[in-house]
Amino acid sequence: MAIFSVYILNRAGGLIYHYDHFTPKSEIEKTFSYPLDITLREDDKLVVIFGERDGIKVGHALLAVNGEPVTGKRLPDGREAMEVIKNQENYPISLKFGRLKLTTNERIMLASMFHPLYAISAKLSPEQRSSGIEVLEADSFKLHCFQTHTGLKFIVLTDPKQLGMDIFLKKIYELYSDFALKNPFYSLDMPIRCELFDTNLQKALDQSERSNLYSSNPSLA
Amino acid sequence: MSRQSAVRADNRKVSAELFVLTHGALVAQLVKDYESDEEVNKQLDKMGYNIGVRLVEDFLARSNVGRCHDFRETADVIAKLGFKMFLGFSPVITNWSAASDEFSLILDNNPMAEFAELPEGHEGLLFSNILCGVLRGALEMVQMEVDVWFVQDALRGDETTEIRLKFIRKLEDALPAGED
Repeated sequence: MAIFSVYILNRAGGLIYHYDHFTPKSEIEKTFSYPLDITLREDDKLVVIFGERDGIKVGHALLAVNGEPVTGKRLPDGREAMEVIKNQENYPISLKFGRLKLTTNERIMLASMFHPLYAISAKLSPEQRSSGIEVLEADSFKLHCFQTHTGLKFIVLTDPKQLGMDIFLKKIYELYSDFALKNPFYSLDMPIRCELFDTNLQKALDQSERSNLYSSNPSLA
Repeated sequence: MSRQSAVRADNRKVSAELFVLTHGALVAQLVKDYESDEEVNKQLDKMGYNIGVRLVEDFLARSNVGRCHDFRETADVIAKLGFKMFLGFSPVITNWSAASDEFSLILDNNPMAEFAELPEGHEGLLFSNILCGVLRGALEMVQMEVDVWFVQDALRGDETTEIRLKFIRKLEDALPAGED
């Protein structure tokens, strides 16, 4: 379970494909008594800004109140979630927190932001003819990027311990050239909506997990 | 440690004859559909271009070629790797211009034209013109603008079949980051 997601960017930096393979579970449901010791920010989403506890982290959003999902800031019956939380009569109350999934629009935005970052990193390099970002390491994930000679970018987000991703990126490139480009009804530079590509990518992901080839962490094998 | 996953089941190669006959049928249909040979040649080139822009990714994904930094290198890759991979033969590279920006490919054993004879009244038809489009499209995707045309065609009674490639310019603004 070490590959989180796969992204493909076209030559202009537009996101043409994304697939979430594995998302670390972050949802936590807890019963609270009055007063609530977690501070929520109230803008378009209800996000924790202070008072981390029991695995509920800053940045998590309020997902449900007493099992009823929060959409926008409202409960299914139209009540404002914030009103309910502030009212002492509603306690004890069960709240579910978790990290919100990125929306497609947010992903598109982030992808097109990564594109210039890649270019800047290539320019910043003191060495001549240096490539852009190949690996970007963070404490909770690692980003592997492979740019083809035609300018496409394949990006894989993995566990920080994951190794051997260059082989896997090359493999995705092959799958792309087979199942997207050889599909005569796929137009170049457009989002990839090909079922065959999806299934074969999943197969490759499963395979990479099963074989030790890509996994450096023996506990995962 | 199974390496199987990395190896593509490459026993899917079909008989070249199927391809050659399909291409022949395509050209024959175009000849029927269009008035002039000029127009047929243009259509073939256009189709080739559309194939080329896709084919190049397949080529790059399966071969481990780096970027070519001069036209001579490009010529080598086209003749020895590209043609070999997709058509199963390697044309001869000759007739370099003094500035190294033009060369010819001699296609003596072009499988595409193996069974074809041009009908009367179609002396202007370039039977394998699709190749010109493929080369142009593929090179454009790796940021090289080239002119590609037939100088001679054995089918039209010339001595040999010769495709000429002329380098026009590097498409600098399309160059991916880190390679300019």
